[in-house]
Amino acid sequence: MTYIRPTFRHPNLPKNKINYTRKDYEGALSTLCAGCGHDSISGAIIQACFELAIEPHRLAKMSGIGCSSKTPAYFLGNSHGFNSVHGRMPSVATGAYLANRDLVYFGVSGDGDTASIGMGQFVHAIRRNLNMVYIVMNNGCYGLTKGQDSATADAGSVSKAGSTNMFNAIDLVGLGLELGATFVARSFSGDKTQLIPLIKAAMSHPGFALIDVISPCVTFNNNTGSTKSYDYVREHIEATSTIDFVPTMEEITTSYEEGDSKEVTLHDGSILNLQKLNQGWNPEDKLSAMIALQNAKSKGEILTGLIYIEPNTQSLHEVLGTCQTPLNALKEDILCPGIDALEALNQSLR
Amino acid sequence: MPDRDGPTIRLKMSELINDFVVRFANVNGTGSASANGMFAKAIFRMGIPVTPKNIFPSNIQGLPTWYEVRISEKGYLGRREGIDLMVSVNPQSMLKDVQSVRPGGYFMYDSTKPLHKEYIREDITYLGIPLMGICLEQYSDPRQRQLFKNIIYVGALSALLDIEFGVLEQLLAEQFRGKEKLIPANVQALQLGVKYVKDNFSYPLDIRVERRDKVGNKIMIDGNGACGLGAVFAGATVAAWYPITPSTSVVEKFEKYAKKFRTDKVTGRKNYAIVQAEDELAAIGMVIGANWNGARSFTATSGPGVSLMNEFLGLGYFAEVPAVLIDVQRTGPSTGMPTRTQQSDITIAAYASHGDTKHILLLPSNPKECFELTTDAFDLAERLQTPIIVLTDLDLGMNDHMSEPFEWDKERQYDRGKVLSAEELENMGRFGRYLDVDGDAIPYRTYPGTHPTKGSYFTRGTSRDEYAVYTEDSAVYIRNMERLVKKWETAKTLMPKPYFYQKKNMSPIGVIFFGTSTYSSEEAIDLLREQDVAMDAMRIKAFPFNEEVEQFIDDHEIVYVIEQNRDAQMRSLLINELEINPKKLIRILNYDGMPITADKIVKEITKTLVTT
Repeated sequence: MTYIRPTFRHPNLPKNKINYTRKDYEGALSTLCAGCGHDSISGAIIQACFELAIEPHRLAKMSGIGCSSKTPAYFLGNSHGFNSVHGRMPSVATGAYLANRDLVYFGVSGDGDTASIGMGQFVHAIRRNLNMVYIVMNNGCYGLTKGQDSATADAGSVSKAGSTNMFNAIDLVGLGLELGATFVARSFSGDKTQLIPLIKAAMSHPGFALIDVISPCVTFNNNTGSTKSYDYVREHIEATSTIDFVPTMEEITTSYEEGDSKEVTLHDGSILNLQKLNQGWNPEDKLSAMIALQNAKSKGEILTGLIYIEPNTQSLHEVLGTCQTPLNALKEDILCPGIDALEALNQSLR
Repeated sequence: MPDRDGPTIRLKMSELINDFVVRFANVNGTGSASANGMFAKAIFRMGIPVTPKNIFPSNIQGLPTWYEVRISEKGYLGRREGIDLMVSVNPQSMLKDVQSVRPGGYFMYDSTKPLHKEYIREDITYLGIPLMGICLEQYSDPRQRQLFKNIIYVGALSALLDIEFGVLEQLLAEQFRGKEKLIPANVQALQLGVKYVKDNFSYPLDIRVERRDKVGNKIMIDGNGACGLGAVFAGATVAAWYPITPSTSVVEKFEKYAKKFRTDKVTGRKNYAIVQAEDELAAIGMVIGANWNGARSFTATSGPGVSLMNEFLGLGYFAEVPAVLIDVQRTGPSTGMPTRTQQSDITIAAYASHGDTKHILLLPSNPKECFELTTDAFDLAERLQTPIIVLTDLDLGMNDHMSEPFEWDKERQYDRGKVLSAEELENMGRFGRYLDVDGDAIPYRTYPGTHPTKGSYFTRGTSRDEYAVYTEDSAVYIRNMERLVKKWETAKTLMPKPYFYQKKNMSPIGVIFFGTSTYSSEEAIDLLREQDVAMDAMRIKAFPFNEEVEQFIDDHEIVYVIEQNRDAQMRSLLINELEINPKKLIRILNYDGMPITADKIVKEITKTLVTT
């Protein structure tokens, strides 16, 4: 990585439809290792937000603890962020979402933060269909404590130190499907053409959107024998389809042959164009998604792309029946019942 | 006496008017609570101070449960040992119940079956009423037999203790408002009890009630209800919680009042959100997330929950995020006695989490203060940008208490603390989240989403500089930690003042208490004064301790600290924070799970007076 970021910016940098340049979506300089997959994901997040024309300050970045959870400092510098407690980002995000339903909540977690210490909160955030993007930067190891296996490391995967992992991996995608997540995807930090449209689709989804991103740890888990190395992942990757994200109100310019492609209209009107479909798979059919996942697994393949989506889903605020105004914007006149109500109440307690 | 085996009256006590204790021995889950509650409320309605207490097991159905009502014309609301009248409706606990009646007292029981020999004492009076027999004769439905049995004994008590029948009728009318057709059957059940007493005993007893005017405009409510109501009035919009006795009803009452006061009349939508979390860690995490995002948010829990919340409380302290936590204390450690009371979370609440942390504690001692200190907690949390812990206990939280009515100053406005608006951000230089701009060590904060280019920052539990930029620079770290100490000093000036029972100190002996130890402490002070032991008294309402607390201790030679835990936790906190010579603070403790009594306090203090 470079330690000095050039300050020069071309005066005619392209702007998105709300007049922001890509630079407006950048954050502080990364302090992760050079070549870290996480930095590529940060780059994809920046690109997705730029292309989607998200107002940076209307997005809140949520994270737990670990290498992954540091990354919100490295993208969207004009957004508030909350680097919370190890494995507890979902609860902080839940509270934040309850307080203000109008912001976009963008969660970043790691495999330790999600599949081990944070498993409890992760599954309950799914259960509540919390309206947030939840990216797992999944490298199969604990980077900040120097490379111990995590719960997503495959059985038989060999660490840099030469030890073989004896335990079965927790597949977050399979788990997400089982728990009823309404948007489930997997991607690879080295495949931005797939990752960027997935992030955009996830941000357009009104419920919990899980993207499990395999993100090799160049320092501790990129060796021969590791199933989370760049080489291994590239050799074993298999996509459900290619994916195109067409924002709301934009014209679709390409057409594909029937049977080989599918269009999914998202809740906000944007469209996902999926081409070269995996045989027998339909992203809106959970059973076919589960079968596709298991098929890939049995062949030793890593299935990526959009796995499952339920586009018209009810967000937590809808389920709870909360008012349309963000709760944090309600004023005292609405919130406080006042002195007469209190006096009546006193009377009822005599 | 109608009972074949029961002895006749042996010991005659002098009359006890409006000063006695009645205990009901019931089986958990048999609907006795509402009948017993009606009994206590009737006495309250007759203008006589009353204090009911549920003594219940960790169980839903089947185990023994007791309901104890102290009636005290003098207005003493602490628990008192010694049962004057036992209403025994539970064969399971009957032996223990017989034994717990004071000599000369009364034992009312279901005489449908004869009383076993081992239950016979020579020194108490037996009042046998064939409750089940009457029910079998009157009702065919088993559930009705069960429920009306409770009403029948209340009817019997009304005749024995001279409770005004009209008051009971009125309470039934209120209870069944909207279901009026249930009223006559209940009145009839009351009358069955009255009739049996009139036909079989001389009544009223020498212990009985007489109408007084000692209640004034007071109300009866449980502390948890008052906290829940306080949260509604304080503008809490997000409640996150995990069920745990004895705190569960705080959020249940919040929901009840929020439903009533915060449902949008046009849309029917809620101006609040309640989430039952997966555990206490998640509950406090949600509270911190919501407060960070500008909503007033709270949770309620008990000791085991506080243990789990430690990490987040440390984050709240260090990252300076407001939060309100209501800890309804129960008997620890570990699962302890989950349905018994204690004041034993003082230490863990004051210093929750690793590293150098301290938290603000508010210590209500009655429902009115539960309401007030809960509303204050939200203002203080946002003013000081830190978690505030309201410490109540099972006794206060789950029992009805006679209390001054709730008050709300119509001029009162929420203190939302130092929050910058988009306009303020626009017109200022660089925003520094942790900059001490005003010299009170309280920095300014911004809500996410306020301004497109200014005011954003990265909240974190790691050390950072005044601009919220990560750093491990020792000097910067120390500067921040010192500022937090300074903020603590600011907090001291905002804490509710202690309550003094005297205008001027009169004695070299002082006594300190707080929370539910108050009732019995006040009574003990009166009792000791009758024995010519004069003491100055102070009731603490908050931690950090204000200067007045320190001054009071300085002004006395010895100071008793009355509290309900084994390790004298408040005493330790005073010693630790105010650097007081430990020898000066004498511990008066009760930690058996039952509310402390005045008798116990008097005995303990008298013991030390003899030896000193």
